[in-house]
Amino acid sequence: MGRAGVIAVGAATLIAGTLSGFADPPKKLAPCLACHGEKGQSDNEKVPSLGAQPAPYSVIQLFLFREKMRVVEPMNEAAKELSDGDLQSLADALAALPAPKPPANPGDPARLERARALTEQNHCNICHRSDFSGQGNVPRLANQREDYLLKALRDYKSGARKGYDPVMVEVVQSLDDAQLVELASYLSHLR
Amino acid sequence: MTTIRSHSRTLLLAALAGGFAAAAAPVAAQQSPSGPAPTAAPAPAAQAPAAPPPWMQGGPDASASANLAPVFPPPIPTAADKLPTAKLKLPANFHIEVYQSGVNNARSLRVDDKGTVFVSSRLVGNVYAIVDKNGKREVKTLAKGLNSPNGIALHNGTLYIAEINKISKIDNIEAQLDNPPKPTVIYDDLPSDAPHGWKFLTVGPDNRLYFNVGAPCNICMPPPTHAQLRSIDLDGKNAEVVARGIRQVVGMDFHPVSKVLYFTENQRDWLSEDQPNDKLNRVLHPGKDNFGYPYCHGGDIEDPQFGWGHSCDEFVKPVAQLGPHTAPLGMRFYTGHMFPAQYRNAIFIARHGSWNKTHKIGGDVVVAHLNPDGTVKSVEPFITGFLVNNNYLGRPVDMEWMKDGSMLLSDDYNGAVYRITYGPQKLSMGR
Repeated sequence: MGRAGVIAVGAATLIAGTLSGFADPPKKLAPCLACHGEKGQSDNEKVPSLGAQPAPYSVIQLFLFREKMRVVEPMNEAAKELSDGDLQSLADALAALPAPKPPANPGDPARLERARALTEQNHCNICHRSDFSGQGNVPRLANQREDYLLKALRDYKSGARKGYDPVMVEVVQSLDDAQLVELASYLSHLR
Repeated sequence: MTTIRSHSRTLLLAALAGGFAAAAAPVAAQQSPSGPAPTAAPAPAAQAPAAPPPWMQGGPDASASANLAPVFPPPIPTAADKLPTAKLKLPANFHIEVYQSGVNNARSLRVDDKGTVFVSSRLVGNVYAIVDKNGKREVKTLAKGLNSPNGIALHNGTLYIAEINKISKIDNIEAQLDNPPKPTVIYDDLPSDAPHGWKFLTVGPDNRLYFNVGAPCNICMPPPTHAQLRSIDLDGKNAEVVARGIRQVVGMDFHPVSKVLYFTENQRDWLSEDQPNDKLNRVLHPGKDNFGYPYCHGGDIEDPQFGWGHSCDEFVKPVAQLGPHTAPLGMRFYTGHMFPAQYRNAIFIARHGSWNKTHKIGGDVVVAHLNPDGTVKSVEPFITGFLVNNNYLGRPVDMEWMKDGSMLLSDDYNGAVYRITYGPQKLSMGR
C-alpha cells in the first residue's frame, strides 16, 4: 500500500493526460485510477476495484477518509483537500467505470456453493442484492479483489473499520475467520 | 386500535379506550441499572450459529426476500436551494422555510434563552451551534469525533452531550461558543454496543438527566443493562431505571402540566410489512413500568420467538400506535403561543420514515392531541411531502421551540434545520 500511495499522491499530473473513455472525467480522478485501475479493476494488492461502485457508497467512503473516520493513510492523504463537490464528482466517475471482471480461475464449485449458502444465511444478498452489484449506500462486492474483501471483513470484525453505520460491524461478529475467508473467495469469483 | 394514514387530513386516530395506558406492569420496582431483568422468564435457547446483524435478526429467508436495506443519510449536506421546503405540505396558514442548511446529519435540537440553536449528529460525530446575530446565521462546530453524540440537553447554561458510552457536559456554553473546552465526562457506566447505542437526552422536572439504553439488536433477549430508560443526577450520580422493556427511544418529553414522561418507541423489524406498530408511550409508574420488549410489540403482538408464555396484557400499553416501521423519533409538547390554541400541550412527533417495508411510510411530522386524562384523542398529519415515489426528499428527526413559539425541525438526510411559523402571512426571519 505504501508504494501505491506514493504513486497516487506523487504521479497525479503525469497520468492525467493519459485518460480516455470518459466524457468529462474530473481532473482529480487520475490519481485514484493510478492505484485503483483505469478500467475499474485494481491490479494492486489490497487496493479495491472501484468500477461500477454505487456513487452514494463511494461518497460516504471518501467522506470518511477525508474526516479520518476511516483510517487508511494514503487515502486520508489523498482525500484531505477534497471538497464536498469533489467527493460527488469522483464517486459519479467511479460508478461510470466498467465493473471488475471475474478471475480466469473459476474456483472450486463445492467450496463456492458452501459460501453461497453462507451469504444467504447472513442475508448478504438482501442489501448487496442477489448479484452483489450493491445499491445506494451498500457497496458492489461482485468480483472485488479477494485480498481486499478479506481485509475489509477482518477489519470490521476487529473493529479497525467501524463503518458509517454499525451494520457491517454487527454482521461479521457471528462469523469466524474461516467463514470470512470463504466469503471473500466466493464474492471475488462470482460469475 | 387505529393507526395513522399519512396523507389524509381527516382525523385519523380515534379515541383510545380509557384506562388503556394505565395498566400496571406486573413487575417489581427495580432500581439498579445493572440488576437482574425484571421479568423472570428464562431466555429461550439461543438460535443456531451465525446470527445475522441485530437489525436483520428474525429476517426472512434471503432467497424469498425483498430488496430492502437501511437508508443512510448522505454525508454531504444538501445545498440551501435544493432543499424540499416548497414541496412540503402543512395545514392552512402554517409556513416552512429553511432556517439553516449545511448542518451535516442534523439530529437533536435544543435552543437556549439567547436563541442559539444546538444541533447534534449521529453518524458524523459532531455537535454544532447555530448562532444568530441580527438575522445573520453561522454554524459553529463545538465538538468533533464524538461517538454518535445523538443526545443533547441544556440546563442552566450547561450543555449536556450523550454519546453511546458516556454522558458529558460543557458549563456556561453560551460564553464559549468560539472556543469550547473538551466536554467533561459525568457518567460512563454505559454499554458500548453500537446498535441502538445512540441516545436521546433530556432534563426532567426533577432536574435529572433522562436517557435511553437501547436493545443491542433488532430482536434478542437484552441484557438487564439494556432496553430501558434511565435517569441520573446532573452530576452523574444516583442512576435509576425509569422503565424497562423498551427497544429503542429517540424522543421523549414531559407533559407541561402533569409532568408525566412520554416517549416514542421504535419496534422490531422483519416481523411483517404491516406489523408491529411503532408506539407513543407514557410512564405512569416510574421504576415499575415495563413496555414489553422482547415479548410483546406494538402493544398487541406477541413476539413469534420470545412471546410464548406471555401476553401483551402483562405490559403497559401504548397511548398511540404510530404505524409500522415509521420510526417516530423526536417528540415535543407544544408550549409556545404562536400556533393556534388547539396545539397547546399537544405532542408533535417526527416520523423518520420506514426502510423495512416495501412501500415506505412515514417521513412526516404528526401531531397527537390529548384528552384531559392524558390519553390520546387523535393523531393527525402536520407536515407531509418528504416521501415521494417511495423515495425520501428528506427525513425529519427532532423539533424544538423558538422563543416566539415557532418550530425548528431537523432533517438528517439533508443536513438542514427548518423553521415553521403560523400566521396569515409568511413570517420570514430573513437570511
